[in-house]
Amino acid sequence: MRHTLAVLVLSRLASSLVTLFLVSLVIFAITALLPGDTAQQILGQFATPEQVAALRVQLGLDHPALIRYWHWLSGFVTGDLGQSASNGVPVAQLLAARLPNSLILAAVTTAISVPLALVMGMVAAMRRGGTTDRVLNLVTLSMVALPEFLVATLAVLLFAVKLGWLPALSYVANVESFTDFLKIYTMPVLTLCFVLVAQMARMTRAALIDQLDSAYVEMARLKGVPPMRRVLRHALPNAVGPIANAVALSLSYLIGGVIIVETIFNYPGIAGLMVDAVSNRDLALVQACAMLFCGAYLLLVMLADLCAILSNPRLRNR
Amino acid sequence: MNRAENATRGRSGVRGPVATLAVRRLRTVQWTRWVGLTLFGAWLLVALFGPMLAPHPMGAFVSDEIYAGASASFPLGTDYMGRDMLSRVLVGARYTLGLALIAAVLSSLVGAGFGMLAVLTPRWLEETIRRVFDTLISIPSKMMALVMVSAFGSSIPLLILAAVLGYAPGAFRIAHSLAANLSTLEYVQVARTRGEGRLYIAIVEILPNMLQSVLTDMGMRFVFIVLLLSGMSFLGLGVQPPAADLGSLVRENIGGLSEGALAVIAPAVAIGMLTIGANLLIDSLSSSREAQKE
Repeated sequence: MRHTLAVLVLSRLASSLVTLFLVSLVIFAITALLPGDTAQQILGQFATPEQVAALRVQLGLDHPALIRYWHWLSGFVTGDLGQSASNGVPVAQLLAARLPNSLILAAVTTAISVPLALVMGMVAAMRRGGTTDRVLNLVTLSMVALPEFLVATLAVLLFAVKLGWLPALSYVANVESFTDFLKIYTMPVLTLCFVLVAQMARMTRAALIDQLDSAYVEMARLKGVPPMRRVLRHALPNAVGPIANAVALSLSYLIGGVIIVETIFNYPGIAGLMVDAVSNRDLALVQACAMLFCGAYLLLVMLADLCAILSNPRLRNR
Repeated sequence: MNRAENATRGRSGVRGPVATLAVRRLRTVQWTRWVGLTLFGAWLLVALFGPMLAPHPMGAFVSDEIYAGASASFPLGTDYMGRDMLSRVLVGARYTLGLALIAAVLSSLVGAGFGMLAVLTPRWLEETIRRVFDTLISIPSKMMALVMVSAFGSSIPLLILAAVLGYAPGAFRIAHSLAANLSTLEYVQVARTRGEGRLYIAIVEILPNMLQSVLTDMGMRFVFIVLLLSGMSFLGLGVQPPAADLGSLVRENIGGLSEGALAVIAPAVAIGMLTIGANLLIDSLSSSREAQKE
């Protein structure tokens, strides 16, 4: 019945919302249990106690934590994310200026890494136990263990210092031609893809092998269906769900990886903004960025689950 | 990072020429184990004895030349202030390994402890524990660390706490499902009927049977925590000067990148050797165990 499916999907959506709410509680609890005081921080250490007290009232810091949480959350829902403490600009304005850059970076990375990883995973699964598979296993196993800044440093060393093909820093302001685009995006995207591709390929391989081990593929083999056809016509359609699940889960890695990559290449995205906010202890901005990243993460994990639910034929065709 | 694959790998029955495939795989497993063991073991020794072997004090200005290349007196060159890089890497490795080991052990202890507790406690408590860990697992570990550093400032206990909060939930998830499966087995039921207490059941009946999986999981968490903490240090939000882990060493010498200075490459490669070594070792141990089961 379609009904069951709708209920499953809706309940998964609802549970994501509940989790997002709980996550907001955790983030607020950590940032509001400050030993110091936001008002003190804004005014600096030379402020008089009266000034601090006045600002506390103005910021609503004299209210109990629960009420402050309520104000913060309702501000969030209505799009009022508060003021950045370090430069007095509304947080929403700062985010809006940077968000497109981060999304472009994520989109380019996804567009390159997904096809590459799918091919690698499929080849490894088809040649399971063979030399190609073992080499790919070792390579991907080593790739997932590398820190992003090692990959990024080596990329700068190779492309910018030794070969001189690319500038070491990203400047998005002046994209006028395809060459500009390449100059800006090659190294950040390469660094992000490095770990992402390895991880996605490993998960794709596992998902496909799961199908190749099942009874109907065994049957096809006994019937004399050639290997290529067995993988492409029999196993692959059934592995689409698990593979989509693996892709979405792997993409959630971007959220951690992009923080290092935007910093090292001076890429003007949200992650770079957040790192600066953490250094300046600009809490309103940190809260907003953290919620944005956690929201994106939850969205990807939810998409992964939905792929798994929707691709289950027992649920889809009933 | 999800390594669910390790669980499915190997268990999937090998078809076709069974013997040759199995032998070939075993051979790969054996040499990757040795490579992994050598790399990881070497860094473990460096963490233990490195500071004693360091030719110079970590903070001593020993050379007039900054970002010097390798030489007989300074095998890893000098850093941005003319300090000996070899000494700094030897000392920095202790921070990187020490912090990550402490945090990984604590994460697994917390995860496995609550995992077993959840199985043995009343339903409402199990649900509560699960809800808490499910919430924490929805906050990517780097986010957790960044938010905590922004609120409390960076210090070593805080970094360990952030790593544990970031990685204990995953350990909990695995330990909980293992413990839940084990607790339905007959010998646990028998122990229950015998009237054994919960603590006895947890320690004598359940723990020994999930120990191997928990240890493998701890190894993976160790790698992730090394990556997390050196990443934080690289951002300048981790270990604070004058102390320095390998990530801090990369950060402070990043100015030498444009001249290809050894001072920035050496610590970065050191982290890579450590994490790749640990990863190969864990993978070969877990896949040879799977192969034995077949």
